[in-house]
Amino acid sequence: MMPVTTSQALQRESWDGDTPASGRLLQPGVDVTHGQILYLDDISVSFDGFRALNRLSLSIGVGELRCIIGPNGAGKTTMMDVITGKTRADSGSAFFGQTINLAQHSEAEIAQLGIGRKFQKPTVFEAMTVQENLELALAGPRSVWASLRARLSGQQRDRIDELLTLIRLGEQRARQAGLLSHGQKQWLEIGMLLAQEPQLLLLDEPVAGMTDAETEKTAELLLTLKGRHSLMVVEHDMDFIASIAGKVTVLAEGAVLAEGSLQQVQADERVIEVYLGR
Amino acid sequence: MQTALSLRLATRLGPQPLKLAGGAALAVLLAMPALHLWTDPASSLHVSAYTLTLVGKILCYAIVALAMDLVWGYTGLLSLGHGLFFALGGYGMGMYLMRAIGHDGNYQSDLPDFMVFLDWKTLPWFWQGSEHLAWALCLAVGVPGLLALVFGWLAFRSRIKGVYFSIMTQALTYAAMLLFFRNETGFGGNNGFTDFKRILGYGIAAPGTRATLFLLTVLLLVAALAAGFWLVNSKFGRILTAIRDAESRLMFCGYNPLYYKLFIWVASAMLCGLAGALYVPQVGIINPGEMSPANSIEIAIWVAVGGRGSLIGPVLGAGFINAAKSWFTVAFPEYWLFFLGGLFIATTLFLPRGLLGLLRRHKEKA
Amino acid sequence: MADIKSSQWRYNMLGYAFSGISLGSVLLLAALGLAITYGLLGVINMAHGEMLMIGAYASYVVQNLFRSWWPGAFDAYLLAALPVAFAVTFVIGMALERLIIRHLYGRPLETLLATWGISLMLIQAVRMLFGAQNVEVANPSWLSGGWEITPALTLPYNRLAIIAFVAGVLVLTWLLLNKTRLGLFVRAVTQNRRMADSVGVPTGKVDMLAFGLGSGIAGLGGVALSQIGNVGPELGQGYIVDSFMVVVLGGVGQLAGTVTGAMGLGIVNKILEPSLGAVLGKILILGFIILFIQKRPQGLFALKGRVLD
Ligand SMILES: Nc1ncnc2c1ncn2[C@@H]1O[C@H](COP(=O)(O)OP(=O)(O)OP(=O)(O)O)[C@@H](O)[C@H]1O
Ligand SMILES: [Mg+2]
Repeated sequence: MMPVTTSQALQRESWDGDTPASGRLLQPGVDVTHGQILYLDDISVSFDGFRALNRLSLSIGVGELRCIIGPNGAGKTTMMDVITGKTRADSGSAFFGQTINLAQHSEAEIAQLGIGRKFQKPTVFEAMTVQENLELALAGPRSVWASLRARLSGQQRDRIDELLTLIRLGEQRARQAGLLSHGQKQWLEIGMLLAQEPQLLLLDEPVAGMTDAETEKTAELLLTLKGRHSLMVVEHDMDFIASIAGKVTVLAEGAVLAEGSLQQVQADERVIEVYLGR
Repeated sequence: MQTALSLRLATRLGPQPLKLAGGAALAVLLAMPALHLWTDPASSLHVSAYTLTLVGKILCYAIVALAMDLVWGYTGLLSLGHGLFFALGGYGMGMYLMRAIGHDGNYQSDLPDFMVFLDWKTLPWFWQGSEHLAWALCLAVGVPGLLALVFGWLAFRSRIKGVYFSIMTQALTYAAMLLFFRNETGFGGNNGFTDFKRILGYGIAAPGTRATLFLLTVLLLVAALAAGFWLVNSKFGRILTAIRDAESRLMFCGYNPLYYKLFIWVASAMLCGLAGALYVPQVGIINPGEMSPANSIEIAIWVAVGGRGSLIGPVLGAGFINAAKSWFTVAFPEYWLFFLGGLFIATTLFLPRGLLGLLRRHKEKA
Repeated sequence: MADIKSSQWRYNMLGYAFSGISLGSVLLLAALGLAITYGLLGVINMAHGEMLMIGAYASYVVQNLFRSWWPGAFDAYLLAALPVAFAVTFVIGMALERLIIRHLYGRPLETLLATWGISLMLIQAVRMLFGAQNVEVANPSWLSGGWEITPALTLPYNRLAIIAFVAGVLVLTWLLLNKTRLGLFVRAVTQNRRMADSVGVPTGKVDMLAFGLGSGIAGLGGVALSQIGNVGPELGQGYIVDSFMVVVLGGVGQLAGTVTGAMGLGIVNKILEPSLGAVLGKILILGFIILFIQKRPQGLFALKGRVLD
C-alpha cells in the first residue's frame, strides 16, 4: 500500500506527543489493484421527482483525502447515503474497490466491509460513557453470540487508550457522551470511526460547530489519517478545506461540477456562479 | 475500570436502601409459603390461601413486567402485545391442567368438558401430548417464542418501529383474542379453561401445591432478574440501549440490529410464556380476556410507573399497581379506571423515570 | 334458469359491495381524524375511539332534549346533533393537545400511553354519567326502512345516509386541507415540521387546531355510528385496532390513502366474511397487512421524505 513511513509518523507526533504508532494494514477483501477504492458511476437518486443526484460519477484513490464542497442541497449527504446503503440509487452503480458492489449490501454489511461514516449531525450513544462508545465501535465480530460473551482484551484496551488520546478525550472517558460539547461529540464520533478501522472514511461536515482551535486540531488529525485510510470529507468551511485539501470536488445539483486543487476550482467560473448565483 | 463497573452495578441495581429492601422482600417472599403451610390459621402470622394466591399472581405479573422492560426500557420497542405471550403460556399450561382433570369433569369423558359440549369425538391434533406436563411446558414457552420469532422477523426486517410497531403488536393480540373467543378454535371459547382439579396428581388447591407453585414463581422471578442483570450488563445489553438511542449509528458501526432485536424480543416472549404457565394453576382460570389489548397496555404502565430501563423498576411497578388494583376494586371500584388512567398520564408527564427515578433523585439531593 | 342465477349472483355481489362500502365508510370516519393527527404529529391518539363514543353520546343527549322539549321536531334531532357532537369533541381534542400531548412532543410512545390513560378516564366518566349499559338512540323516521331493490336485497336508509354523509365529510375535509390557509399549514407541517416552523408557520396553533379537527371528525363519526349500532361506553374500543390498520395500510399525509385503505379493508372484510367468518377474515386481513408492509412500510400512498424516517 501507500508509503506510510516517517513523515506520517512525524505528523502523528505533532498531533499528540506520545501516541503509540499503530499502522494497520488494509484488511484483505477489498481489491484495490487499480489504485482506486471507491467508484461511483452514473448515479441518480430522486425523491418524489426531485433529482438529488443526477448521473453523478466520482472515484476516490487509495489513501487519498478528497474534499467535497458544494452549495446546500447539492446532494453531498445524499451521495454518502448512497455509498453507505442508507439510500438506494435509482440507477448507476457504486463499487468499493474493484469487486464489491455496494448496492448488494446492507448498511451494517457495508460498515463491516470497511466504510465508516460520520453523520452531518453528530450522533453518538448519549446514554453511554465515552469509553463505552468506543468499545462498541471497536473492530471485531458483530454477532449476537459474540456480544453475549464479549470481554475486552488487553489489546483492545490499549487501542481504546490510544484512540482516547488521539481524539483528546482521555479526561472524559468515564463521562456520559450526552454531556460532551458539540465539538467533543464530533471528535468522539471520529474516534468511533477510527475504532472500526475502516479503509474508507466518509466525514460529513466534521468541523461544523467547532472552535477555531478545535478545527485546526481536526485538520491535523485528518492529515495523519491520510495515506493509511482513504477519506472523503464534506465541508463548507473553506479555510479548513484549504488546510487539508489535496484534491477538491465541487458538487452542484447532484452532479460533479469541477474537480482539481482548491485554487483551480475556486478560479472556475461555473463554481463561482453556483456559489454566488444564489 | 473497577470503579466504573461497581458504579454501573450500583446504578443498575438501584440505590443502596433499595437493595436492602429487596433483600428483605425476598426473605418475606420465601417465608410466605412456609407461613401458609405450617402456622395455625388463627395465628396472626398465618398467610391465607387468598393472600398467597394474590401475591403469587402479582409475582407472575412482575416477571411479565421485567420481560416487557427488556424490550421497551432497554431496546425502545414498546410492545402492546405482551399479554398475548403471557396468555399463550397460560393456555399451554391450561391444556395440561384440562387433561389432568381426567374423568372428573361434568361429563366424565376422556375429552375436556368443552369438547364434549361441542360434540367433538376426538382430540384435535394440537392437543396431542398435552397430557404430559413437560410437553405442555414446551408449548407454553415454545409457542409464544415461535410466534414472536415470526412476527418479530417480519416486523424488524422491514424496519417497523416506534408507534407503528406498537400498533402492529396490538393488532396481533387483538386478532388472537378474537380467534380464541371462537369455540371452533379448540380452546374453550369465551370461557377458556377452568375448574382444574390437579397437577401431577396433587390437588390444585392443596396448601402444599399452592406453596410449591408460589416458590417456583419466586424462583423464576429471581432467576429472571439475575439473567436480566447479566444480559443488560454484557456488551449485548449495551447494544440494546444503542438500538434504543441511535439505531442508525449502530448500523453504521457494522451491527445488524435485526438479530439483536429478534433475540431479546423472542427471549422476552418466552419469559412471558413461562410466567403465564405459572399463573394459570395459581389463579385457576385462563380465558381470552387475558389477550385483550387493554391488558397488554397495562403491562406497559407497570413498567413506566416502576421505572423503565432498570430491572427493579418494573417489578416494583407491577407490585405497586396490582396491589393498588386489588385494593381499589374492593374499596372504590368506580374509581379504579380514573386512578389507572391518571397514572398513565402523570407518569408520562411527570415521572419519565418512574418511581425508581424518584427515589434516585431523592437520594442525589440528600 | 342460468339467467336467474347470474342475476342472483349480481345482486349478491351488489350486496357485498354495498355492505363493504358501508363498513368502509364507517372505518373511514373513524380513521380520518387519526390519519390527520398521526401524519401531523407522528403520535397515535389512543383516545381517538372515545371521540367516536362521545359523538354518539352527544346524539343521545340531543335526542333526549328533543324528545322532552321539542317532540314535534324529533326527526330533526340528528341534524342538530351534528354540530353539537363536533363542537364537544373539537374542544376536548384541543384541550388534550394543549394539556397533555404538547408536553410529550418528540416522545411518541409516551404519548400513546398517556392518551390511553385519557381514554380509560373518558370511558369511566361516561359510565358514571350515563351508566354502563348501552343507551338507546332512535333512528329518525326518515332513516328507518330501506330501498328495496329486489325482495332479497334491501339497502337500509341509515347505511345509505352514512355513505352520503361520509362523502360529504370527505369533501369538506379535502376543501379544508387544500383550499384554506389552515390546510396549507397542516400540509406544510406534515411534510417538514422544522422547515415550516422556520418560515413562520405557527406550528403550535396548527397542532392544536388539527388535533381538534381530527377529534371533531371522529365526533361526527360517532353521530353516524349511533344510527347503526349500539351506543355504550366501550363503543370506541371496538374501532381502535381497525382504524389503526386503515392508517397503516393507507399511509399518512394523503386523504386518498386513507380512503383507499378504509374502503379496501371494508370491502375485503365483507367478501371474506361469508366464507371464512368474520374472525378468520379479520385475521387473514391482519396477516395480509403485516406482509404488505414488508413491501411498502410507508403504506399505499407514501410521502417520501426525510421527516418520516
Ligand atoms: N429523504 C429525502 N426526501 C426528500 N428530499 C430529500 C431527501 N433527502 C435529501 N433530499 C433533498 O435532496 C437534496 C440534496 O440533499 P443533501 O442533504 O444531499 O444536500 P447537501 O449537499 O448535503 O446539503 P447541505 O450542505 O445542506 O448538507 C436536498 O434538496 C434535499 O432536500
Ligand atoms: Mg449535507
